[in-house]
Amino acid sequence: MMTELSLNVLDVAQNSVKAKATLIKVAVESDFEKDLMKIVISDNGCGMDEQQLSAVCDPFYTTRTTRKVGLGVSFFKLAAESAGGEFSITSEKGVGTTTTATFQISNIDRMPLGDMTATMHSLITLNTGIDFVYEYRVDDKSFTLDTREFREILDGVPFDVPEVSEYIREYLASNKEEVDCGKIL
Amino acid sequence: MKSLEELKAIREKMQGKVGFRKEEAEGIRVVVGMATCGIAAGARPVLNAFVEGVAQAGLNDKITVTQAGCIGLCQYEPIVEIIEPGKDKITYAKMTPDKAKEVIEKHLKGGQVVAQYTLSM
Repeated sequence: MMTELSLNVLDVAQNSVKAKATLIKVAVESDFEKDLMKIVISDNGCGMDEQQLSAVCDPFYTTRTTRKVGLGVSFFKLAAESAGGEFSITSEKGVGTTTTATFQISNIDRMPLGDMTATMHSLITLNTGIDFVYEYRVDDKSFTLDTREFREILDGVPFDVPEVSEYIREYLASNKEEVDCGKIL
Repeated sequence: MKSLEELKAIREKMQGKVGFRKEEAEGIRVVVGMATCGIAAGARPVLNAFVEGVAQAGLNDKITVTQAGCIGLCQYEPIVEIIEPGKDKITYAKMTPDKAKEVIEKHLKGGQVVAQYTLSM
């Protein structure tokens, strides 16, 4: 079991990486009026057929060969459903996959969102060949990070050189602070 | 709010330097297991500690920190493998950010394997 929702995001997004996605979108939206947090991870990877899609929430299903259980998606589903939320995956072979989890913000069993900055920073700097679009929203405030924009400015300088990596971390951290005013979600 | 101007300034500074792309085949690789088992056991802070420690030590041109999936030893996660060309692969088990710092100092900088953290099979 994960201790933060942001760790679930890191884990589930690895599935998109393995699906050879070239663009992964992550959105985290909190609406306090509706008492609803929504996390969406979508990719343009290889997608799943119907048989795989129906098995994906089964903890004893995995495409791996190193072990016999596949808990990533099951953990995320459990986190949503135990916090008054819902979970769904839609996928189309050759088009991509979208994973959506919702949570009742005030639910006592909702895990904290945790360090989304660390999750996005890790994803971006470890998968420098993949583009990420990250949207973070709290009520009517939001920010978006689009690595395609960064890539164009950087003109060949990779995301994992220390100066750029540090810039990305600060970009995520300072914009997050502006959106949620330091509130712990 | 960070401006994109800052990013342009970084590009101009970096483009003046040659060879920020290291030769992958020659350097040391630090591989952190980042599958569900690794993440649940605390691989993200361990990975961060390696990325930051290597950058602080100015070793980015020699050492690459990357991620891997599950190698089937979930009970020993977070697992970190250090792969140096011409040497045996060293596998560290049950890592923490503090142990990572020690490994950076002693192993990556000093060349001495921190034997008590390695996985002996």
